[in-house]
Amino acid sequence: MLRYTLLRILGAIPTLLLVIALAFLMVHAAPGGPFDDERAWSPEIEANFKAKYNLDAPLPQQFVHYIGGLLRGDFGPSLRYVDRSVSELIGNAFPYSLQLGALAMALALVVGVGAGTLAALRQDTLLDRTVMGFAMTGISIPVFVIAPVLILLFAVKLGWLPAGWSGTAGAGRYVLPVITLALPQIAYIARLTRASMIDVLGRDFIRTARAQGLGTATIVRVHALKPAMLPVLSYMGPAIAAILTGSVVVEEVFGIPGLGQFFVRGALNRDYTLVLGIVIFYAALIVALNLVVDILYGVIDPRVRYR
Amino acid sequence: MTRTIKVSATFLLTIALVAVAGPWLSPHDYVATNFDRLLAAPGLGDMHLFGTDDLGRDLFVRTMLGVRVTLIVAIVASLVSLVIGVAYGAVAGFVGGRVDAVMMRFVDTLYALPFIFFVILLMVAFERNFLLIFVAIGAINWLDMARIVRGQTLSLREREFVEAAKLAGVGTPRIILRHIAPNLIGIVVVYVTLTIPQAILVESFLSFLGLGVQEPQTSLGALVNSGLGQMEGASWMLLIPAALLAAILMAFNFLGDGLRDLFDARQGP
Repeated sequence: MLRYTLLRILGAIPTLLLVIALAFLMVHAAPGGPFDDERAWSPEIEANFKAKYNLDAPLPQQFVHYIGGLLRGDFGPSLRYVDRSVSELIGNAFPYSLQLGALAMALALVVGVGAGTLAALRQDTLLDRTVMGFAMTGISIPVFVIAPVLILLFAVKLGWLPAGWSGTAGAGRYVLPVITLALPQIAYIARLTRASMIDVLGRDFIRTARAQGLGTATIVRVHALKPAMLPVLSYMGPAIAAILTGSVVVEEVFGIPGLGQFFVRGALNRDYTLVLGIVIFYAALIVALNLVVDILYGVIDPRVRYR
Repeated sequence: MTRTIKVSATFLLTIALVAVAGPWLSPHDYVATNFDRLLAAPGLGDMHLFGTDDLGRDLFVRTMLGVRVTLIVAIVASLVSLVIGVAYGAVAGFVGGRVDAVMMRFVDTLYALPFIFFVILLMVAFERNFLLIFVAIGAINWLDMARIVRGQTLSLREREFVEAAKLAGVGTPRIILRHIAPNLIGIVVVYVTLTIPQAILVESFLSFLGLGVQEPQTSLGALVNSGLGQMEGASWMLLIPAALLAAILMAFNFLGDGLRDLFDARQGP
């Protein structure tokens, strides 16, 4: 297990470096510089600016400098938020995104696995078809459509929940954003769970358990759930990426001051360092969480450790 | 199952037809503003079938323009992902061994990355042009295709006709092009249908955030975004493009699922 874990960790490092290099190159290959759209400056002032932001060095040297900064947790200064560093902006914004993402993921797992298991146990009944119909709808409708429609329904028409983040306090403001983020994942997880649960319930060891007179609830809980969770577990990586992507929209629509909102603002203002920093932060987060999922996979299914 | 396929295909064909012919038949165009009829509700008066927006532009024409963009993205991005995915998967599967292991490991690595953020990074770094969006989306979506094609190639490679071609002295590139690729068409068609909704999703997502298609051009994502600002007084501005986008995505998903169940029972969930 230790060997497996170490190998996984070592495997994640090149991925991370690749991401950083790719993102860095993309920004630096861009035509024009970050100061181009400002007033025309005298060459001396521009040279000063370039020296301040280390833009006058050759590209490989800039890259090494940037990596060195990253290792100290320094993403460089923001080009648009005066006097704020990118690390500071990320540090302030990330807790909001983390709360939203974690809550949405928890909700998606509980509801998705529950609905998928129910559908598998009642295969080909009305219940099954209803759950799967909802799941297909949930997969098809993008987050940025779900969010406004939920706001229109529950905030504008019914007035049950707040539509925005600022100016409201308490748990109510979490409800709509979290549900919006969770819905597509609930749909995916329900479909995955149903398929793998049907597969597992057809295996010999389940028949044996039934023959011993165990009830359905016990069989599912004790015997079927763990093997049936493997596909769901491997979906966790893409799910995390999808929730991060979705959080960009959700934060924009609900006005939550999280990472996604800064990302979009940065992209619209061409704040190169901020956008680069957030992309790298997101990528590192996803790589790290994937690593956790991989290791968990090794814990649950010992076979993968020896592949 | 075949009924779902028929219904979704009919729906998609109809919407494509309306999107092509509709703006041409309508008396309005997509940029003309009519300040006497700001935020007019949908109806037959003045032929503003879907109403007008806050600048008095006809929403039927604009929505159909958005559908056009959506469908063009679907086609172009899928073609890009098809070419890359099939080439990559066929080479990995056919050559096999260490090359295959390295190539597929690379795909696994890319799978884990937040591609959409790289596309946004590209949009920030370069001018936001139409073509770049298409290519970027296609470049994201080839991963699934590569995996499927590789799996299929692995089994094709062992077949007698490939053996025969090898014995006849046909080179590897030619075998892949002439003997492997034609046999992949069935499965590739099925999976293209499944990558289309993903491509549409990415484009509308970018346009929704204001990073995709730019005014006065429009797309369903951009229309949903402008509808968001007007939803209290003019909910049709939000609901019509939102419903249309959801319906198109759903139709493609049902179509792809149906085709997969029909032709490729092994892979289905």
